[in-house]
Amino acid sequence: MMQFGVFTVGDVTPDPTTGRTPTEGERIAAMVAIAKAAEDAGLDVFATGEHHNPPFVPSSPTTLLGYIAAQTTRLQLSTATTLITTNDPVKIAEDYAMLQHLAGGRVDLMLGRGNTGPVYPWFGKDIRDGVALAVENYALLRRLWREDVVDWSGTHRTPLQSFTSTPRPLDGVPPFVWHGSIRTPQIAEQAAYYGDGFFHNNIFWPMEHTAAMVDLYRRRWEHHGHGPADTAIVGLGGQVFMRPRSQDAVAEFRPYFDVAPVYGHGPSLEEFMATTPLTVGSPQQVIDRYAAMRDDVGDYQRQLFLMDHAGLPLEVVLEQIAILGEEVVPVLRHELAVGRPAHVPDAPTHASLVAAAGGAHDGTVYAPADDVTGASPEPVR
Amino acid sequence: MTASSAPRRLVVISAGLRQPSSTRLLADRLRDAVGTAAAARDLALEASTVELREHARDLTGMLLTGAPTPALDAFLSQVAGADAVVLVTPIYSGAYTGMVKDLVDLLPAEALAGVPVLIGGTGGTARHALALDHTLRPLLGHVRAVVAPSAVFAATEDFGGAGEGAQSLARRVDRAARELVELVAGRPPRAVHDPFDVSGFTDLLGDA
Repeated sequence: MMQFGVFTVGDVTPDPTTGRTPTEGERIAAMVAIAKAAEDAGLDVFATGEHHNPPFVPSSPTTLLGYIAAQTTRLQLSTATTLITTNDPVKIAEDYAMLQHLAGGRVDLMLGRGNTGPVYPWFGKDIRDGVALAVENYALLRRLWREDVVDWSGTHRTPLQSFTSTPRPLDGVPPFVWHGSIRTPQIAEQAAYYGDGFFHNNIFWPMEHTAAMVDLYRRRWEHHGHGPADTAIVGLGGQVFMRPRSQDAVAEFRPYFDVAPVYGHGPSLEEFMATTPLTVGSPQQVIDRYAAMRDDVGDYQRQLFLMDHAGLPLEVVLEQIAILGEEVVPVLRHELAVGRPAHVPDAPTHASLVAAAGGAHDGTVYAPADDVTGASPEPVR
Repeated sequence: MTASSAPRRLVVISAGLRQPSSTRLLADRLRDAVGTAAAARDLALEASTVELREHARDLTGMLLTGAPTPALDAFLSQVAGADAVVLVTPIYSGAYTGMVKDLVDLLPAEALAGVPVLIGGTGGTARHALALDHTLRPLLGHVRAVVAPSAVFAATEDFGGAGEGAQSLARRVDRAARELVELVAGRPPRAVHDPFDVSGFTDLLGDA
């Protein structure tokens, strides 16, 4: 069964129709409300961006996701993306294992390199090392989750000797990882090499390009021995705005589109809709467009929608999420299940990963003695 | 057909802003002259001409959104696969036009590196003649194109009469075309660029 969800960039953008810009506090509260609305609407996933500069608020994704985890019961929590380049992989290992425990395993993450140049020097890195950082940091991250004690040295980080990342992953199973890249073949290769997921955030891109990147990932997945190409784990982005009558949707959304920070003042709404997944119209138009995505990329596992962009007010975003949940996603779930080969897997979840690992096992690493009391703890086992 | 006898791909880019334009006239003359010079040297050539203004909106769109339309993507790939390029621009305010800079800014990395390029320009009077050498040549130097020694500038008066100006333009066109063909003939056909080459990943992975 496919997963459907929403992802947010976390931008603080003025509403062009009123000129009002939310505060950071309002935006953060809105992101929480959006996540809860996604669960209430029957969606499967909420993913947050990670940014370290205005006008974006989510610098601390696991804080946000931990808070959301406490207020939801079913929603899968993810990122879009976690900066594998400028974050310390040790801190990623720790933060997301901690989140796994708090969220009962409802956690995966999408790694990306980030597209804001100065973030690299702000975090002591060099943007020219972007791909090299993504490769080395992820190789270390994998070891930190899979090996209790790690000795490591590399190019971009201080060496580690006798290091144990705590807490150990929940039930001994690391969170599933997606690799997000729009145009870098090496990242698709990285996802294929490890048998991880590949997310193509195609929201600005023609389907021809998306299909070519996904095809590369699928071919390399098979090459690396993870199974037939159509068993690879693929995710796509998308953007929609819906009203019962399509002309109402266009009229309401156009003022937002025309001045949006990313595409405003560029292509027209009509041009952009023709060449990207942006669909502004009736729920049925959205269903038709997204039911056809698999014709280009094959049966896939995760569809995330960007709903809270361009300064749309929160109440409108919540309304749109409700429409997604009531009118669009149930139909898409049904239509995309038709003709989906039985051997095409679902996106991995904590439960499926635990089952694949032969069951849960607690990974707690007990120190021989703690240096506060000097006494050895008594293991629970 | 062996790889060495496969026709070399020449892309002629006319950045004229009007239709018809004197820039296109010069581009066509250069294309014809390059064809003649190539034939004289038994070099098979496959030429196509692109009006850059047809991509003007898409260039701006890609600058703003980061993504090309399918039409622009195809054009950028065409340039990135060319064995030679003829680039002709109007001279505005002492330099090539902004649209030309947009194109160079948006071409994939290495698209023009090592590629022979013949540059041409048009302007109202001969007083703009050196703009090509002072502006377009260094821009293409930055992207490591191999720019033919002669740049061809055509002033409006060069298109008129049978006087010195017109004959001089014909001579300069032919000389520059021969220079471009020599540069192309001295190189192997351009290897097909694979945009989905993933070799960099395993290099970076090392022993990990």
